[in-house]
Amino acid sequence: MSNSRHCRHRAARAPLALALWACLAAAGLPAQGAPSATAPTMHGRDVSAEHWNASFTLTDMNGRQRTLGDFAGKVVLLSFGYTHCPDVCPTTLAKFAQVRRLLGADGQRVQGLFVTVDPERDTLELLRRFVPAFDPTFVGLRGTEAQTDAAARAFHANYEITDFRGSILVDHTAATYVVDSRGQVRVVTPYDQSAGDLAQDVAAVLRSGE
Amino acid sequence: MMGKAHTSEPWARFAPAAARLAWRILGGVALCAGAAAHAPALLTVGNPWVRATVEGQTGSGAYMELTSREDARLTGASASVAERVEVHEMRMDHDMMRMRRLDSLALPKNTTVALDHQYHIMLIGLRRQLQVGQTVQLTLHLIDATGARRDQDVLAPVRALNTAMDHPRPHE
Repeated sequence: MSNSRHCRHRAARAPLALALWACLAAAGLPAQGAPSATAPTMHGRDVSAEHWNASFTLTDMNGRQRTLGDFAGKVVLLSFGYTHCPDVCPTTLAKFAQVRRLLGADGQRVQGLFVTVDPERDTLELLRRFVPAFDPTFVGLRGTEAQTDAAARAFHANYEITDFRGSILVDHTAATYVVDSRGQVRVVTPYDQSAGDLAQDVAAVLRSGE
Repeated sequence: MMGKAHTSEPWARFAPAAARLAWRILGGVALCAGAAAHAPALLTVGNPWVRATVEGQTGSGAYMELTSREDARLTGASASVAERVEVHEMRMDHDMMRMRRLDSLALPKNTTVALDHQYHIMLIGLRRQLQVGQTVQLTLHLIDATGARRDQDVLAPVRALNTAMDHPRPHE
């Protein structure tokens, strides 16, 4: 890798209201715009009321151009990562597979998506080998730098690629996004959320769409 | 036989001080080498494993639990299967996962340090695909309590790519 490779820093900051909401939620206080009493309580952060309107245009591992809308009708579990990731990314994809198993028949209505933030090294061929190794139904997605940036912004995610002492360092948001069958981002869960808790959130989102 | 008493004793008594010193150093080195060869390993290594890769993947992670008999430091590692092996620290900065190479990781005496989440070993520039059923030999580079460099080999079986980490859940 050439030394001239620039540090790419892509940041999409969540609005202040989101940060405030998160603080209030963490403090256990009722927040303006919080889900109504009838809404299910999620283990992850419920972002339903924020209407993220997230989307992406990326190429899937088989070379087809895909948008989030292509997966309408299914509850999408989406994460950003890269195939050289030693721990968080494989663990997250393994968790997605476990969630599908935990949901039994409902698992067939769950679509796992993996968006690489390292398209320079993660070729479609590599994604084709890596992503389905966790679950044959999972889809790996790759974009140009601009498309990857746009996808990360749409999900309020950050990533940075730096060439540090000869090593390519990829730092990225390690959250999981639960998108309902109509394409609305409903829940954001931290990387250390258990498969059981994530499965419960996905089940709640599946029920809410019926 | 009288040879032994008459050859070694007079030699020790009449030889110049420098020679005696040299003799002691030689003996000391031999003793140390002998002790090192038979000394128990510095670390107890628990549950070592390496994550399998798919063809074309050039990096992977190695995981294990290290318990040192004395205060020591892990300064690096090597493996014939990879161009480079590094000890990394991962930390979460809000939702951002950040990884950095560590020059040295403290291994306090009788304390188990888990190389799994926050700390782990990275295999960079893999020379071949790692498949379940194979074993990867790693050499851990250590500095013991006396400041001496020590190496310790670890045999780590390759586990499936989709092996889930059992993340700690401190709030439950």
